[in-house]
Parts: sequence; structure tokens; C-alpha cells
Amino acid sequence: MQITKAPSVRLATLACAVSLSTAALAETVTIGTVNNGDMIRMQALSSAFEEAHPDIDLEWVILEENVLRQRLTTDIAANSGQFDVMTIGMYETPIWGDNGWLEPMDNLPASYDVDDIFPSVRGGLSNDGTLYALPFYAESSMTYYRKDLFEDAGLDMPTEPTWDQMREFAVALHDPANEQYGICLRGKAGWGENMALVTTMVNAFGGSWFDMDWNAQLDGEAWHEAINFYVDILGNYGPPGASSNGFNENLALFNTGKCAMWIDATVAGSFVTDESQSQVADQVGFAAAPMQETSKGSGWLWAWALAIPVSSDAKDAAQEFVTWATSKEYSELVAQEYGIAAIPPGTRNSTYENQEYLDTAEFASMTLSQMQKADPNDQTLNDSPYTGVQFVAIPGFSGFGTVVGQQVSGALSGNVSVDQALRNANQVVNREMRRAGYQD
Amino acid sequence: MSQINTNAGIAKILVAPSVILLALWMIVPLAMTIYFSTLNFNLMIPGGRDFIGFENYYWFFTDPSFIAGILNTLILVGSVLIITVGLGTLIAVLVDNPFPGRGLVRVLLISPFFIMPTVNALIWKNLLMHPVSGLFAWLFRQVGLEPIDWFTDLPMTSIVIIVSWQWLPFAILILMTAMQSMDQEQLEAARMDGAGPLSTFWHITLPHLSRPLVVVIMIETIFLLSIFAEIFTTTSGGPGNQTTNLAYLIYTQALLQFDVGMASAGGIIAVILANIVAVFLIRAVGKSLAEQ
Amino acid sequence: MDMHRAKIVKNVSVTIAAWLIALLIFFPIFWMVLTSLKTELNAFSTPPSLFFVPTLENYLVVFERSDYLKFFWNSVVISFGSSILGMLIAVPGAYAMAFYPTERTKGLLLWMLSTKMLPPVGVLVPIYLLFRDTNLLDSKIGLIIIFTLINLPIIVWMVYTYFREVPKDILEAVRMDGAHVWGEIRHVLLPISLGGLSSTFLLSLILSWNEAFWSLNLTTSSAAPLTALIASYSSPEGLFWAKLSAASTLAVAPILIFGWISQKQLVRGLTFGAVK
Repeated sequence: MQITKAPSVRLATLACAVSLSTAALAETVTIGTVNNGDMIRMQALSSAFEEAHPDIDLEWVILEENVLRQRLTTDIAANSGQFDVMTIGMYETPIWGDNGWLEPMDNLPASYDVDDIFPSVRGGLSNDGTLYALPFYAESSMTYYRKDLFEDAGLDMPTEPTWDQMREFAVALHDPANEQYGICLRGKAGWGENMALVTTMVNAFGGSWFDMDWNAQLDGEAWHEAINFYVDILGNYGPPGASSNGFNENLALFNTGKCAMWIDATVAGSFVTDESQSQVADQVGFAAAPMQETSKGSGWLWAWALAIPVSSDAKDAAQEFVTWATSKEYSELVAQEYGIAAIPPGTRNSTYENQEYLDTAEFASMTLSQMQKADPNDQTLNDSPYTGVQFVAIPGFSGFGTVVGQQVSGALSGNVSVDQALRNANQVVNREMRRAGYQD
Repeated sequence: MSQINTNAGIAKILVAPSVILLALWMIVPLAMTIYFSTLNFNLMIPGGRDFIGFENYYWFFTDPSFIAGILNTLILVGSVLIITVGLGTLIAVLVDNPFPGRGLVRVLLISPFFIMPTVNALIWKNLLMHPVSGLFAWLFRQVGLEPIDWFTDLPMTSIVIIVSWQWLPFAILILMTAMQSMDQEQLEAARMDGAGPLSTFWHITLPHLSRPLVVVIMIETIFLLSIFAEIFTTTSGGPGNQTTNLAYLIYTQALLQFDVGMASAGGIIAVILANIVAVFLIRAVGKSLAEQ
Repeated sequence: MDMHRAKIVKNVSVTIAAWLIALLIFFPIFWMVLTSLKTELNAFSTPPSLFFVPTLENYLVVFERSDYLKFFWNSVVISFGSSILGMLIAVPGAYAMAFYPTERTKGLLLWMLSTKMLPPVGVLVPIYLLFRDTNLLDSKIGLIIIFTLINLPIIVWMVYTYFREVPKDILEAVRMDGAHVWGEIRHVLLPISLGGLSSTFLLSLILSWNEAFWSLNLTTSSAAPLTALIASYSSPEGLFWAKLSAASTLAVAPILIFGWISQKQLVRGLTFGAVK
């Protein structure tokens, strides 16, 4: 008995040791990400990654955008190493890369085909020519409109409308008694909320945040025109409560058929045409983001990207994951599981060379042309000293951009005049620039 | 006698842990905060961190929203206190006498206090106060009124409603339980003397409630001074700076751009202001604390 | 006869008024639970639908997307841990201040309360750095410590208030009998003020359960409580009211039910001046 038992015991011990060592080898990759639809899908699909990489455990921290940003910034600046993969945007990436906080993305496998990624997106995620994050999805902005309402009213939406035309349409289609509003736009204060739209409007009206000497231009003519226009069109022909509407609120309004037009991120294309969440799925038309004096900078450029902080203790595993989640192979997986229209948009040429995608996703060609138009380095009519279409890629912008956003939302709700709001805003921005040493 | 002395000695030892812990909790972060408040310290800009004296304080004090921030803080604290204490007292008196289902009514009354502030704000903002799809908008339309655009037209009122809903149950709870220990004989005697309900309330009930009222006011003030989640979730301090209180101001001016120096200066200023409020409060209502 | 009728009218109107107010105050919670049982399109529709086929789909989504039990368990450990620890530290302190007051006691109490007034946003970075250096980030112990410190002043103050209600002569009588301080606490003080202590405990529990600033900023995943769960549902893309309601219901249900169960205890305990 004893003799026969011995080998099996030894085997068991061996098995035990083996399983222990694999457990010790399994690396945990903690991923901090934002609670957008595409990221939720990524989490759901990540079991495929874990199956292919049994030595990597994924741990998900999914937070609302503002909370996530605050959480990630404290973590990376304090070098505390809580996250191995961070979901960050085009605003943070070049600043953090410059600070030396992010691992450069230079050892990418050939199969990843980094050149397939749109040059503007790559540019926006680089600092001094070094790529610091891989884009998960990217977006510009465009106009969504209701084909049925336009047809009924005998109106015709041009492919590249101007703001003046938008106003005419909004006036014609505004019917608040029937809960149908002419136009829905972002109004909620925040540098990434109303200021994203407002800045593209200012660009289209020929303005910019700063002149070449970093003097704030918010009290200038272009801003006055743009903000007056914004307050008029959204205040008079928009939904009630516009000053607290952000992307999500407007999406909900549009999907329930309450907006005749809506200008927002191209990424909403797949949501407004998805029958399971949109009551108007088959009635949506697409046009460019409106221009006015110029079309430069009239549509924004943003990407949600995955980056690896230098403080990570599982960099190789993290890179495995990041390249998987932003690869062509991942896109195929999404197409298989959720349908081809659900592919994370706006990042790769190959997506838009796929005829099946172009056929299924009606919004794809407009997304593509908007993505190609947006250039974060040539975004204003007159020269400006900063990069970023709808933001200014300097550390203080998240603060003063939001304060300006509050002033604009104050003007929209009518409790300060546009003149007063812009004077306040200009003063705040100049103050911050002086404090940060951009001005003497 | 010696027993009492030893006990007094033991008392000192007993009080020590909480004092020492709180002292550490107070002093360590406070010292760090004071130190940081004199530095040019932005998390987004590594290196640097030069000593700049009181410059952060200068920028914080001269912020265009600073005065508004202080006023909004006081308005918010004041309105919520008046509403919760006033209504709380009335409701506590109302449910003091037995009636069918009193136990259940009490449970319903105190429930909102158990709700997380964020959840509270999200429910009110979306499900109830949404100007198009919210329940209130629908109710208004049912009776032929134009729906109120809560967060645009009445932003501060909306915040006050939301916060009051959270804290009213706390006031009810404390006052309701205090009511139970009322001296019934005294009440009966007053009634025999022909005192009406108002004068009974004024001369007997209210004095009896004075100490619980102090508890309610003190605790609520402490929490209301630093209300943040409700504003963050609903109005983001706007429109304009109509709902920017001090806590939110520190957030936008400092934490949003990760300026630790400014945030620290703002924190120190807020502590000083909070203590001033506290002193006033204690002068005004805290006598009963000193009396006995 | 008239007196009698007046009394009935009064009782009926009190009953109606009390029920109306209670239902009004409770309504938002009811509406949240109701919305959590609708489909997303239904939840956003106007007029609001009152009669619909309830669905558990939203709850399934929440369970599928996040490890609810982990968040729940973290909340339980952290809030009970910090409340117990807080009581252990606060009760002796409050005892000493209530029964052996010195001229500094009142100042000490006020000073303790003033520590509550440090705005969290102002001290986030110093605390974060301390936590990083002591390896307390994303640990339950770290949050227990923070919550204990945050709630300690309130606990000390409330317990102090209860102790002050205890008639001095009872304690003095015991003291004359030569009872030691421990005996005095154990056999006289604790039984008298048990209700007050348990309601203070409950208050501390509620405050810890609902705290959202520190719990979001100092945790990542392994110690994240239910407030972090809410932060991942608060404003996603697309229609989200129903899912938000479901997640919210799940987050508040445990403490709400616990509160309802201990309500009787709470009411009894908070009776200030019960013993005069």
C-alpha cells in the first residue's frame, strides 16, 4: 500500500508545485478605463484575451470620465503604480509623455501595423515624434439630423452646412409644444463638455484661444460672434435645460426623437443608428460639423487611447493587452460578436477600406471625411501657439477651460450677458496664463 | 477622595487616544497642507516646487468666483438648515402621537438619510427634475403648466431641495426620538391650565428640544459646509458660478488642474472660514452645551 | 360629544397628513426602484409609464459587468470596521470628558469638531502621498483608518452628549460604594446609554457606507466599495436611467434594509433626556 501510494503523492506534490508556480507567474494587469459603451464591450470581450494569455489576469476599474481622470492623474503624478493600463485622451497624452510618465510605444510588433492608424490620431497621441498611447477609438464631430423631419418641412441639409444654415433649419423645425426641439448642443460646463463644441464654433468663426504671445482672445470679435450665435440658437431653438446637457443627455434626447439636429462626436453614429436604443434609428442623416468663416477646426479631434505608465510593475503584460485591444484582430472580434457597425471607429485606415463596414455603417464615410479634415496643428484661421482642435494642450487648460465653460453656460442660461461672461472669461484666462508664467 | 483622584487620572488616560489620534489627523495633513500651500506645486508639471510664499493665497483670494463661492456656501448651509430644522420639528411633532401605521411612517420618513449623496443627486437630476423626460416636467404638463427648467432657472433652489431631502430625515429622526422623552405629566398639566397647542409647543416642546436641535444644527452644518458630490453630479457649479460653493471652487480652481499649491491654500482658507462659522454657530445656539 | 368628535377629526387628519408626508418623502426611492425594473427606452419615455412588464434585465447587466459581491463585501468590512474602531476609541474619551470635565473640555470638543471641517478636496494630495508611502493605497485597512478619523469627532461628540444625560447622582452613588472606574462603566454607564451608543454606531455606519470622496480616490479595485460601483454607472453613453437605477438600488439596499431593521433600536436610543 505504502509503496504504491508514494508515486501518486509525489505526483500530487509536483502538480501542486507546478500550479503554485503558474499562480506566482500570473501577472495582474490593472486597467483603468472610462464607462463608455466601447470600453464596456472591451471588458466583455477581454475573456478572449485571458484565454489566449493564461499567465495574465485582468483587473478592471471602470469609472465615470471626470472621476477617472482625477484618479489616474493623482496616481501617475504621485508615481504610485496602482494602474498598469490607463485610458487617457488626446489632451493628457502629449503632456504626460513630455513629463516622462508614459512608456513610449516604440517596440510594436510588425503585425500591429502602426502605420495603418490615421496620421492625425498618431500625431495627437505623440510628443516630439514619440508615440505614447495606442488609440482605442477616435472621433471628430459631425451633424446628425432627422431625414424625416427635413423631408416633411421641405428642407435640404447640405453635406457641409454653415452655422447660418443650421440656424435657419433650427428655426423651421423647432416645435416645443410637441417636444421637438430645433437643435441639441452641449451646454454642460466643462472643458471636455460645452467647451469642446464652443471651441470648434469659435474656430469656425475665425477665432482662437490665444494669439502668438499667449494673450487670451476671448474678448475678441470672433468669440463675441460665436458665443452670441451659440446662446441664440441653443437658447431659443434648443431643448429646455440645455445648460446641463452633455453628450449623454443629448444622445438620450436625440434617440427618443426630441432633437431635429444634433452636433456631436462621430462616435455617436453607431448609437443613433442602433435600433435597440434609438427610436429614430432609420431616420438619421449625417453631415459635416458646420463651418462659418472657415472650415478649419470646425470639427474636433479626440481619441481615447490606452497608455502604460512607467510606474507599472507589469509593463510587458500591459503592452500585450494594449496592442491586443487596439489591433485589427480585436476589431474583427467585435464585428463577430456585436456586428460590424460596432467596430471601434476612427483609428485605422483598414477599417474604412473594408467595403462591408462602409456598407453597413451609414455614418462611416462622414466619420472618415471628418477625421481626415481635423488637424490639431492647423486648426485656427490665424496662427496660434498651441496644439489641439477643441482644447489647448497645456497643463492649466483643464482648469481654466472649465471656468470659461461655466461662464458660457451662465450666458446660455441668461443670468449673465454674453459680454459680461466673455469679459470674465478673458480675465480668468489671462490671470491663469500670468500665474503659469506664459505671460510676463 | 483618593478614589476620585485616581479616576480623574484614569480619565486623562482614557481621553488620550482620541485626542492623540485626532491631533495627528489634524496636524499631519494640516502641516503638509500649509507647507504645500506655499509652494509652486502642480502635479502635471514635474520638478520645480519652488517656495513662493503667499502667492497661492493671493490668487485664491482674488479669484473672481471667491466671493460668490463664500456667499453660495452660506446660502446653501443656511437654507438647508432652515428647511430641515423647521420641517423636521413640525413633522416630528406630527408623528409624535400614536396613529395607525406609525412605525411604517417612521421608516419611510428616515429612509432618504440612508441614500448615498451621489445616488441621491443622480435620481433627482435624471428621474425627477429632468426638464423633458423627468417626472416633475410631466406633472407640470398634466396641470397645464410650463415645466420648470430646474438646473438652468433655479439651480441653487434645486441643490437646496436635493440636499434638504437628504438631511430632513436626520432632523426628523433626532427630534422625533427626543419628543418621546417629553414629560407627559407636564404636558397634561399645561393642557389643564388651558394652554393651546401653540403655546404648549412654544413653552414646553421647544425648550425640551433645544439640545437635540443643537445636535442637529451642529452636525448638519459640518456636513453642509463641504457639500460637493451633489453639486459635482448635477450643476457642475453652474450656470455661471451660481452653485459654486467653496468646496467646489477649490475643486475647479485647483484640483481640476492639479495645482496642489492652490488646492492647499484653498483648503487652509476653507478651514479658517469654517471655524469662523462654527464659532458664530456656537455663540448662537451652542449655549446649552455650556450650560450644564 | 363635540370634544369627542373633534378628537376623532384631529386623529384622522393627523394620520392622513403623516402618511402623505411620509409617502412624499419616500417617493424618490420608490421611483428609483420602479425605474430599475423598466427597459431603458421605457425609463426615458414621457409620459412616464406606470404599468409595464417588469424586467430584471438591468440587474443582470449590473451583475454581469461588475463583481457586486466584492464591492458589497468591501463596503461591509470598511464601514463596520471603522465604526467599531471609532466606538472603541471614542467611548473612553467621551466618558472622561463627560464625567471629569476640566476647563479645557469644551475647547477640546470644539477643536475635535473643527477637524471635520478640513475640506477633503484640499487635503487629497497630502493624504494620497502619505498613503502611497505607507502602502495603504487600495487597502481596506487604509479606508478603515480614514473613515474612523473622519467620523471620530462626531462619535465622540454624540457619545459625550448621551453621557451627559446620565444622572450624576447614580454614578456618584456607585462611586461612593468604591467601585472602580471599569466597574462603573461596565455595570452602570453602558447599560443606561446602550441605546445611545448603538444609534451612534448606526450613524457612523451610514456615514461610512455613503462616503464617496475618499473611497473613490484611495482605492483602485481590491478595496473599492459600493460608491465606486456607482461611479461606473453614473453617466455612460446612451440611455442609462434604468441601469443607473438598478445599480443605485443595489448600492443602497443593504444599508437601507439594515437601517429599517434597527430603526426601533435607533428611535429608542436617540432619546435625549430619557432619564431625568
